[in-house]
Amino acid sequence: MAPAPPATLRPGPWQWLRRELFGSRLDGLISIALLGFLVAAALGLAKWAIFQAQWTVISANSTLFAVGRYPLEQQWRLWLLTTLLALATGLSWGLLRALPRSGSSGPPPILWPRNDRWAAAILVLLALWRPLALQLTLAIQLRWWAITALLLLARWAAGRWGQALPPLVRRLIPLIWPLLYLVGMVLISGGLGLVQVAPSDWGGLLLTLLMATFAILLCFPLGVLLALGRRSNLPLLRWGSLLYIEFIRGAPLITLLFLGQNILGFLLPGGLAPDRVWRAAWVLTFFAAAYVAEAVRSGLAAVPAGQLEAARSLGLSMPFALIHVVLPQAMRVALPATVGQFITLLQDTTLLSLIGLLDLLGTARTVMANPAFLGRNAEVYLVLAVLFWCCCAALGLGSRALETRLNPNLAPSR
Amino acid sequence: MTSRSAAPPWWRNRRYLPWLVQGVVALAVGVVVAFLLTNLLLNLTARGLLLSWSWLGQPAGFDLAETILPFDASLPYWRAMLAGLVNTLRVVIAGLVGATVLGTLIGTASFSSNGLLRGLARVYVEVIRNIPLLLQLIFWYFVVFLALPNGTDAIQLPGLVLAKSGLFLGDPQLVNGVWQAPLRFTVEFGALLTGLVVYTAAFIAEVVRGGIASVPKGQWEAASSLGFAPLLTLRRIVLPQALRVIVPGLNSQYISLAKNSSLAVACGFTDLYSVSETTLNQTGRAVEVMLILLGSYLVIDLVISALMNGLNGLVQLKER
Repeated sequence: MAPAPPATLRPGPWQWLRRELFGSRLDGLISIALLGFLVAAALGLAKWAIFQAQWTVISANSTLFAVGRYPLEQQWRLWLLTTLLALATGLSWGLLRALPRSGSSGPPPILWPRNDRWAAAILVLLALWRPLALQLTLAIQLRWWAITALLLLARWAAGRWGQALPPLVRRLIPLIWPLLYLVGMVLISGGLGLVQVAPSDWGGLLLTLLMATFAILLCFPLGVLLALGRRSNLPLLRWGSLLYIEFIRGAPLITLLFLGQNILGFLLPGGLAPDRVWRAAWVLTFFAAAYVAEAVRSGLAAVPAGQLEAARSLGLSMPFALIHVVLPQAMRVALPATVGQFITLLQDTTLLSLIGLLDLLGTARTVMANPAFLGRNAEVYLVLAVLFWCCCAALGLGSRALETRLNPNLAPSR
Repeated sequence: MTSRSAAPPWWRNRRYLPWLVQGVVALAVGVVVAFLLTNLLLNLTARGLLLSWSWLGQPAGFDLAETILPFDASLPYWRAMLAGLVNTLRVVIAGLVGATVLGTLIGTASFSSNGLLRGLARVYVEVIRNIPLLLQLIFWYFVVFLALPNGTDAIQLPGLVLAKSGLFLGDPQLVNGVWQAPLRFTVEFGALLTGLVVYTAAFIAEVVRGGIASVPKGQWEAASSLGFAPLLTLRRIVLPQALRVIVPGLNSQYISLAKNSSLAVACGFTDLYSVSETTLNQTGRAVEVMLILLGSYLVIDLVISALMNGLNGLVQLKER
């Protein structure tokens, strides 16, 4: 990776560079060695990427990587879902930018990183570049451009007229996400008049994202319950939660996935055991719940005991006090660790390939087994790594933005 | 709010409520567990797989690519699993040492006076942490280690040869186009170890960085005003204080390294998990194999935890 020259961003670039890189004789030697190494590495990578690598393995299998063996004649459902998702993303994005934080007065605080214009620019660049790089047909290229345009249009419109919306509508808008999730499930799996598509036909990025979102959505409430149980005064709840959390955290995920595939069939009466894909999804959920519980517990520990006592002495019932007084404060503290667990969960979906499911990594391994693409390991795994890196880094950035937004102590500036 | 004189209904009485809640939870959990266990017993009886351990003594019938304990296909299953366990322990111990060394180096590099070094340490952590370990292991195995040259083209250093057939230490000789040496590590072991070390080091670097950052800046300044060189300050003043924060953080990283070693199956290394998988596929003894597998990892985790807790007791501040 080439070193970015941050020197241009500051006054006195040369002095800065000299202080940072050549502060002492030893520093100078280290800098020269590192620079030499970086330049050599960058040159080697560029030479490989341009002359030796054969990227056709990616473009020829792009559909496989995206959706696996999803039936071709049913793929319009995925396009429809992508369009809806783009619309919802654009709306939420625009509103988050435009609306002040509820309950705050005075100058609008920093709600959202100001540099989100950069994100929009990157999105446009990606939309322009990706179809060309993947050598998609014109029809599909046009679809991607239309979807990107729709997203940006929705963002602009929501930012322009978002403040004029009545408060009730504004409050209801976040509900489009759970609704969209249910619609998406129906669109992907079928039912309600649509042709069924068996889970064994889902694959690639579709399966990875589906598993990750399913597990993230379900493990969160489970984890909160477990964390509350572990800090409960009732011995049965406390010991039960403790036993569960420690058992799960003591076992590697792969053994639990293996257990799900091999023993779940014995535990349930014949025919009741879910499909292999759903078994894995439930194992992922129950696995992640134990880790999320530990993250939430650290947040609960940060809330002074007086908060609960005060709420109780005001006459609030236990569940009410927990939901409205303790948990909001605890979640603010637990947010970074919880999102960290979600990122780990997204990475852990790659383990599905070890039990024979065709997630992104599993698809890559089947592509590698195709004699036409023998020995193209480096290209495929590099692309996968970049893809995962972007997803995880985006989650991390989102978490930091949310932290800023939720921080009550942050003085509204500018 | 209810008035003081009217007694609350029995289901809201503070004296009974805890028992009521626990009773309901116990009943629900009990019913679910009983349901699952009944099914397990019924299903296992139907297939003639009721819990038994005698199959452990039968000959395994499969061979293991790489073991320290002598092993061949005629030896019983329990020997195969033991050999797998020893392989797991080998990679875990080597991984712990390697990841600690690399992680400490990278963690301390983020406090260097050299801006480039600091930046690179940051980039390392951010890149490695956001890529799945399994993908990294596969990358190391298929892209790096399996692409190594063989025979005379192998990478040769004094006393060390790195070829596709493995890493040879201690005066390697080329006999009939095949490298031979007193000490040989396979590429499977090498790929797994490299992947685990590189991945865990990123997390350990963060732990070390957090620990060093927790030492007040005045400690650095006081040491340098007493004439300590930067490296000496780090070693004698800052690290001993930082260790109090670092050791508990290392504990959880070590345990995740031990658990992550089960991904060995992705690069063809025969660890405990991969032997168990083969055993299960051959014998069909799902419950027993899972019990052994989960029990072994639990014991490894507990041992690491116990050792680290002992170490933690040593480095904590001793108040007089």
